[in-house]
Amino acid sequence: MDFLRRARGERFRPVEQQALEQLPDDVWHKCLGCRELLYEKDFEANLHVCPRCGHHHRLTVSQRIESLADPGTFAETDHELRSLDPLGFTIRDRRYLDRLREAEESAGVPEAVVSGTASLDGRPISLAVMVMEYLGGAVGSVAGEKITRTVERACDEQRALIIVSQSGGMRMHEGLFSLMQMAKSSAALARLERAHLPYISIIADQTYGGATASWVALGDIIIAEPGARVGFSGPRVLQAIKIRLPEETQKAEFMLQHGMVDLIIPRPQLRATVSALLRHLTSHCSARKAAPAPKRRRITVRSTEARE
Amino acid sequence: MNRHVTELEFERGLADIRTALERLEKAEAKGGPDVVAQANKVRASYDQALTEIYRDLTPWQRVLISRHPQRPRFLDYVATLFPDFIELHGDRHFGDDGAIVGGLATFADRSVMLVGEQKGRSTKENITRNFGMPHPEGYRKAERLMRTAGKFDLPIISFIDTSGASALQDDEARGVSWAIAECLKTQANLHVPIIAVVISEGMSGGAIAIAMGNRVLMLEHAVYSVIAPEACASQLWRDVSAAPEAAAAMQVSASQLLQLGLIDRVIPEPIGGAHRDPEVAAQYVQAALREEFSLLANEGLDWTTHRYEHYRHLGRMELLMDGSQTTGNGRH
Repeated sequence: MDFLRRARGERFRPVEQQALEQLPDDVWHKCLGCRELLYEKDFEANLHVCPRCGHHHRLTVSQRIESLADPGTFAETDHELRSLDPLGFTIRDRRYLDRLREAEESAGVPEAVVSGTASLDGRPISLAVMVMEYLGGAVGSVAGEKITRTVERACDEQRALIIVSQSGGMRMHEGLFSLMQMAKSSAALARLERAHLPYISIIADQTYGGATASWVALGDIIIAEPGARVGFSGPRVLQAIKIRLPEETQKAEFMLQHGMVDLIIPRPQLRATVSALLRHLTSHCSARKAAPAPKRRRITVRSTEARE
Repeated sequence: MNRHVTELEFERGLADIRTALERLEKAEAKGGPDVVAQANKVRASYDQALTEIYRDLTPWQRVLISRHPQRPRFLDYVATLFPDFIELHGDRHFGDDGAIVGGLATFADRSVMLVGEQKGRSTKENITRNFGMPHPEGYRKAERLMRTAGKFDLPIISFIDTSGASALQDDEARGVSWAIAECLKTQANLHVPIIAVVISEGMSGGAIAIAMGNRVLMLEHAVYSVIAPEACASQLWRDVSAAPEAAAAMQVSASQLLQLGLIDRVIPEPIGGAHRDPEVAAQYVQAALREEFSLLANEGLDWTTHRYEHYRHLGRMELLMDGSQTTGNGRH
């Protein structure tokens, strides 16, 4: 667009590299897509989407929640759940428990999923947001438990379910416990389906592995953000098994083209779209009594016991 | 027992005994009683060495056994245990995947639906079976057959043997993740019992896709893992050659997973592994399945709820109380 500015007689001066580096972080933001310098306030107001090229930058968890929930309605749940190290997992003397502590410090949240209840345009929702900053959004026992409880809370309290996913896959440090979260969450989603409650699955950039192959793919409606990378095996797994996929394959646009996602919606329009979808999906059955849930006691934290 | 199988790297000591045995066995037919006696002696020393090796296997050694080219496959068990098997083909959408086989059969006087992952043996067969790595249409076939089973009240027995689902461009285009997720949801909804048997390798999402059993069994030397040890090693150790460490760290072997409460039963294998005596291995599988069937008949409940409860409790975590006090909710 530079030629336009010049045509309009605007003076355009390239910014010196040095000057760029000296810019205070909190005023300017450099777009990762087009390298344009964006005024931080505009960037924030546009939900971290570049107004010039449309590149979607990552949102923090609180920004994500604010962007979807009615102001002041979000109440976090299950904040106190913490991972254990069921396998005593160490990588060259580096303990998984230490890794967890580091992750919590760097991500600022204690798990790869933040969950809670809120309302969206007055409709009650059960919401889970995944956190890429926490161990690459890898899913272990606690992340799986939080997703599952978010689904169950939707069932129990007649809420619509919204999950915003971004995940590197299943967390290897917890071995098969992690893989089982796919079964656990899918079983909860099957229950939600029997209860006729809507589930909107939102794919943010970088969603791979077990998350994709369970709750992400099981949405009544699946929405991806533009350019979001989404697929089965993550890039590092593919690298390990020496498979190279064309870059466009594991992208939201590819998935839309092949019928795997319903919509690609730019973030500034996401909330309105989700709201409209929920309005349609709940218009008819809001009065209907949901299918009875399987009788069971409310499950609190319980570990597996070795079954002999 | 078949002593003439290819030795794995940790069984190299057996190769010399086997060569000696082969020479003796040639002579045995026309040789006198001393040759026979000597051959018996060599056989005994082979068996003893084998027992020694198999007494204490590492998880990685089990990974190698689970991948042994002569290890019995799903269809080998079908041939022995389900002689009236009728294979049903296709996913009704796109095609018929060779890496997942399914169909109807009789077991313990009951009609059952079988679904299993199938690796090939020859190169040619491996191409049609895609080395046991199912495409999306394989999972869609499994899903449709399981739904059919639900419709006609047939118990399902699934056999797991895969190094993972196929993850190439075409698989992404046809939604491999979506196919696996649908399999999981269908199993969660089914009101018929499902028994899953991990017979060799159960790697990642491609394995659990058909393994959401009310009961999950594993052969003694089978492995079941969130990810292949090589892929884990290359990501966490940044070194593929650390796969043995990764296998040990992830606790992939049957006895470890039973201890952790992640599976329900370990089916023993003949000494030296199922590939040294497929007949006996099949008998053990049959015995275990018969027992499971009678257990299921006794329990006779709401299998959907049973399955929900079964998977609902899987995971280890703790609850952080106010302040920094923690309550252990690990092992009780």
